[in-house]
Amino acid sequence: MSSKEKSWREMPIAGVCTKSSIGFMTGDWKTYMPVRDLEKCTTCLTCVMMCPEGAIKWRPEMGKIEFDFSFCKGCGICANECPTKAITMKLPDEEE
Amino acid sequence: MQKQQAEQETVPLNGDEAIALAAKQCDVDVVAAYPITPQTIIVEKFSEYVANGEVQTEFVCTESEHSAMTACIAAAATGARTFTASASAGLALMHEMLFVASGSRVPIVMAVANRALSSPLNIHGDQSDSMAERDSGWLQIYVENAQEAYDTIIQAFKIAEETEVSLPIIVGLDGFTISHTLENVNILKDNTVKKYVGERKLPTVVNQEGKTLPYKLDPENPMTMGPNVSPNFYFEFKRQQEEGMRVALKKIQEVNSEFAQLTGRSYGNGLIDSYQLDGAEIAIVVVGSTAGTLKVIVDQLRQEGIKAGILRLRTFRPFPVDALRAALKNIKTIAVMDKSMSFGGFGGPVFNEIRNALYDSKERPTIVNYIFGLGGRDSSPRDLRRIYEDLIRVNKTGRVESTVHYLGLRE
Repeated sequence: MSSKEKSWREMPIAGVCTKSSIGFMTGDWKTYMPVRDLEKCTTCLTCVMMCPEGAIKWRPEMGKIEFDFSFCKGCGICANECPTKAITMKLPDEEE
Repeated sequence: MQKQQAEQETVPLNGDEAIALAAKQCDVDVVAAYPITPQTIIVEKFSEYVANGEVQTEFVCTESEHSAMTACIAAAATGARTFTASASAGLALMHEMLFVASGSRVPIVMAVANRALSSPLNIHGDQSDSMAERDSGWLQIYVENAQEAYDTIIQAFKIAEETEVSLPIIVGLDGFTISHTLENVNILKDNTVKKYVGERKLPTVVNQEGKTLPYKLDPENPMTMGPNVSPNFYFEFKRQQEEGMRVALKKIQEVNSEFAQLTGRSYGNGLIDSYQLDGAEIAIVVVGSTAGTLKVIVDQLRQEGIKAGILRLRTFRPFPVDALRAALKNIKTIAVMDKSMSFGGFGGPVFNEIRNALYDSKERPTIVNYIFGLGGRDSSPRDLRRIYEDLIRVNKTGRVESTVHYLGLRE
């Protein structure tokens, strides 16, 4: 153990972290990624509501849905919930 | 200068009702609970206060004890004063979240109406439930009667919410023996309790910009509680919890003295409560309501010229090693009573720790263990007197036939 690390007396209570977690790219270990078929998508926003990571954004000014792959973990909930089956989960090399 | 005592009123209450009243008077912000015998009266009574508009508390009915504890942790993390109650299987279901509460350093106060665990199913009193949570990082205080139950809930908020302690606390009361038995309880005025307990204080953290902030969930100053911590850091946080326990040893004594000034009532030094221990040759160490019956026996024995005493272990976590060593210094023969079992172990949990604490004594006493009262088995004055008679014999002959005994068991 490096002696440069803080001692237990110097560390913040209970491991509390005040740094924003925005910098932690939690989407970089996914296996599958969601691919959307724009012809089937009705922009009903179900996927936006269902995404547990808040990684699917609705941009009303552009009338567009955007996937943020920095935070998408590839869980597939969006694909499962999509009422028109516009989202399919694919390996990155299957993506067209 | 003697401080004038606060005005009090004597009312008939059982242990559970006394606890509900104390929680109400402490102006609790959130109660999240799930009913279980013999604790039910506590949350039932408290829900009446809520329904009648007598409290401003947010009362959360959950679908399980695991959820109840989870809701309590979240509420306490926002800085709210939080209370709950449970027992037996309910406490066992909370097990996982008990560690989250102590590790998150949130000062939840929980009353546990001590009850046996299944199987076979038994709703009656013993201390197996909270003894099984010994290592969960919660402070544990066990009371002797309804009066002490009332007083200890008020004290518990003061102890747990001390910023350098910041640990959750279990107040244990023997199921039915205390929870359901009506006693005369001296109660304080609502305002007196509110003023004594005061507002909840919060520990502080320094954020990335060097700004000092209260340790709480606040959208204005977001922070992550309970993050994923690597082997490089985890150990240090556990040592911090241990420090909270050590500060609590002092805080419990301090609160016990303050409370004595306010009410005229104290419980030993807050950690241990002795009876006729001065000059005693033999003594029983006990946790909870059985100390009451033992006092009657000791009075009889003293009249017969037998130097017998009692040490009631009030605070089990943190374990008051120094206070115990000092109090038991001159006792030659000791019986430790355990209202729970450690299957396959060498005696019960209280016995193990008392014996361990006295191992370094210059003149090591003889210490034996009596497992008793499991599943609500009554321990009569005659049974208890038999322990002292055994101790007299051991003290005289110096011979111990067996170390672990089962009191009142049919052989």
